[in-house]
Amino acid sequence: MSARRLAIRQPDEFSISAKAKAEIEKWVAKYPEGRQRSALIPALWIVQKDGDGWLPEKALRLVGDMLGMAYIRVYEVATFYTMFNLKPVGTHFIQLCGTTPCWLRGSDELKAMLKAKIGPQNTLSEDGKLSWLEVECLGSCANAPMVQISNAESDHYYEDLTAESLENVLDELVAGKEPKPGSQSGRHTSEPEGGPLTLKGQAPYHTTKMVQLPNADKKTSLNYYEWDPKERRATRGGWVDPELKASQDPKKRGDNVGKDLSEGLVDDEPFAGKPARASKSAPKRMTKDETEAKAKQKKDIQLLYEDGPTDGPKDDLKKIKGIGPAFERDLNEKGVYYYRQIGAWKAADVKQVEETVKKFPGRIKRDGWVKQAKALDRDLKAAEKKAAKSQTADKKKTSAKKPTAKKKGKA
Amino acid sequence: MADLLQDKDRIFTNLYGLQDWSLDAARDRGAWLGTEAILSQGRDWIIDQVKSSGLRGRGGAGFPTGLKWSFMPKEVGVRPHYLVVNADESEPGSCKDRDMLRHEPHLLIEGCLVASFAMQAKACYIYVRGEYILERQRLQAAIDEAYAAGLVGKNACGSGWDFDIYMHHGAGAYICGEETALLESLEGKKGQPRLKPPFPAGAGLYGCPTTVNNVESIAVVPTILRRGVEWWTQFGRDNNKGTKVFSISGHVNKPCNVEESLSIPMKKLIETYAGGVRGGWDNLKCVIPGGSSVPLLPKEICDTVLMDFDALRENQSGLGTAAMIVMDKSTDVVKAIARISYFYKHESCGQCTPCREGTGWMWRVMERMVRGEAETSEIDMLLDVTKQVEGHTICALGDAAAWPIQGLIRHFRHEIEERIDNYRVNKPVFVEAAE
Repeated sequence: MSARRLAIRQPDEFSISAKAKAEIEKWVAKYPEGRQRSALIPALWIVQKDGDGWLPEKALRLVGDMLGMAYIRVYEVATFYTMFNLKPVGTHFIQLCGTTPCWLRGSDELKAMLKAKIGPQNTLSEDGKLSWLEVECLGSCANAPMVQISNAESDHYYEDLTAESLENVLDELVAGKEPKPGSQSGRHTSEPEGGPLTLKGQAPYHTTKMVQLPNADKKTSLNYYEWDPKERRATRGGWVDPELKASQDPKKRGDNVGKDLSEGLVDDEPFAGKPARASKSAPKRMTKDETEAKAKQKKDIQLLYEDGPTDGPKDDLKKIKGIGPAFERDLNEKGVYYYRQIGAWKAADVKQVEETVKKFPGRIKRDGWVKQAKALDRDLKAAEKKAAKSQTADKKKTSAKKPTAKKKGKA
Repeated sequence: MADLLQDKDRIFTNLYGLQDWSLDAARDRGAWLGTEAILSQGRDWIIDQVKSSGLRGRGGAGFPTGLKWSFMPKEVGVRPHYLVVNADESEPGSCKDRDMLRHEPHLLIEGCLVASFAMQAKACYIYVRGEYILERQRLQAAIDEAYAAGLVGKNACGSGWDFDIYMHHGAGAYICGEETALLESLEGKKGQPRLKPPFPAGAGLYGCPTTVNNVESIAVVPTILRRGVEWWTQFGRDNNKGTKVFSISGHVNKPCNVEESLSIPMKKLIETYAGGVRGGWDNLKCVIPGGSSVPLLPKEICDTVLMDFDALRENQSGLGTAAMIVMDKSTDVVKAIARISYFYKHESCGQCTPCREGTGWMWRVMERMVRGEAETSEIDMLLDVTKQVEGHTICALGDAAAWPIQGLIRHFRHEIEERIDNYRVNKPVFVEAAE
């Protein structure tokens, strides 16, 4: 047990960023109703990372208030867990593992180097950029000796160190560079030095086949996924039922029989019949093209179209609740024509528009024009897409007919 | 003697992270294959298979995993069931769970689904140790991937079972690796172990039935079920079946992690994978075979001992987390154990008197022994104190602090005595053996 107390000198003010606050709320949502206290350790950690790398008393109170806890319970936890720094630390805070596995591999040399370079434990170096502490096993014993260096950006492990290589790492950090984390002796991770002795070739090492499960034949409606490494996609149930396997060919699948598939497969999704998600998952990433297109589109929308509706036919602004014929006329005069244009307004833009039009101070926000316009724009786009699809479908039909006509003509 | 384990029989085929960790690559390596089929076999079948596989918990105590699962109530009552995965790996010498978290997260997530389904747990928390920051980001990314692919979440894997999985983390307390301390910590309190009974299977997380398992115990389950109990039980001796990830650190030429079958001879393991002991096998002094908590073994025993639960137990040590700390003849073994004593003094939670006071006391006496400033009779007194601490505390940390010292006195008593004699006649207390 180590006695840990709050710092004697405490800052007068402490606040956290909105980002940190949102992050804490995300954590709180992980636990059942009424158990938000569970998020205490992650919350303290977020607050510590968000601040200067240590927790003043005000920070503990702030977290206590956020989670609705008695302050003493927060103090208890903050003083119990050693990763919460209760005193100021350097910009780069070095935690040196000194437990037996690292000690056997020479952590004493690192310790001597740090002492000479920075000074005793828990004190800042002269420029305030470095401080160090000997901690207990950090769980990287096959790569001993090692340190963990925490700063605002990262908490990297630096492994397989010697006094020189650690000094190099520190010098680079102080110079504002980003030294390569992980092993400093050229190892990848925890494989033996000089390259792995096992798991050398290309995976998979074994074409994993399942054993015949006892109840498999009893249940005829078994449908599970098989991963096809060549196609890199999950296919349904192929390896038990050959008939099902045959139906893997989309052309032979019931709903595709007899259809013209020359344009490619319509139904070729990797997770056909994918179950719905229970809770929020990572947002779908946009491809590079999509993000660029979106950014371009956003750029193209002007705040005010001074030369009239140059970007296609104007939208019916009267559909927005709060805009009548009179307002629409005023807006058109000043160069506002489209839903997407209004939908893209930020607070500053709203202010600017209100200043130019000067007719309806506060109405934009009060009636929620921006939100309404966004929804209308979405509907409009969806309708357009639908129309475009049916059009291409018509075209396909005609193009499919043409060659047959030609053939007939030749004949 | 059985041959070495082949790559085709390894479960953690991306142990070193030489390949991609993400979902597609994990699937190429066999993860998430037929998970739905496994689930469709029913809970009893899963628990039965895990029982008959003889899988013993990989977290240190070696308790049969299937048996542990069967302690959970058969029917879900008013209180929901929870699965908690212990990824608070802090045992000195042990660094296997870290590789699984950062390189094979999908095997773990799949195991969580299978285990939770078998125990009717709707939610699973994975408690990652605080210092593993990149590892927990990696795990979270893998969980997000699994959600996006419908493998976990509502109707997980198409099984009709709704299952949520969350990552939680600690903040640097070794004691939180003890299962009830871990639950306390997960509830946002100080990590102080609870009295048992009630056991977590009766009243665990938030007072609900809970099972706590090590990362490795959970992550191997899907592969055992996929490839069959016969496949799994061909490795290792009776009662010590299967494969295990060993961490080899200390005075070997090439420290590493490696997955091998249990019951492999220690000498073979070190010489094959870790490049042998520094200066040759004859330069070996002793090995701590299972993480800092177990007593060390001198070379005479290491020559022949098998690496499994029972063989090490017979030699008054233990497999623990299978983290071998190797020491060659140049090692000041008294100092090495004194450093371990300091570790336990530092990590004691302070709840029970024998441990809180005992660990500090043992460390101070050990420090005096390192310098030779002690009476020969104090060796017996120290041994006596370790016996007083052992078994008289709520959790096993008291035992873990006592065993290394007992091991030292059992096998290296002559070294301590020599030191004390040297100190009295003003000779240097420790001279490094010439290589």
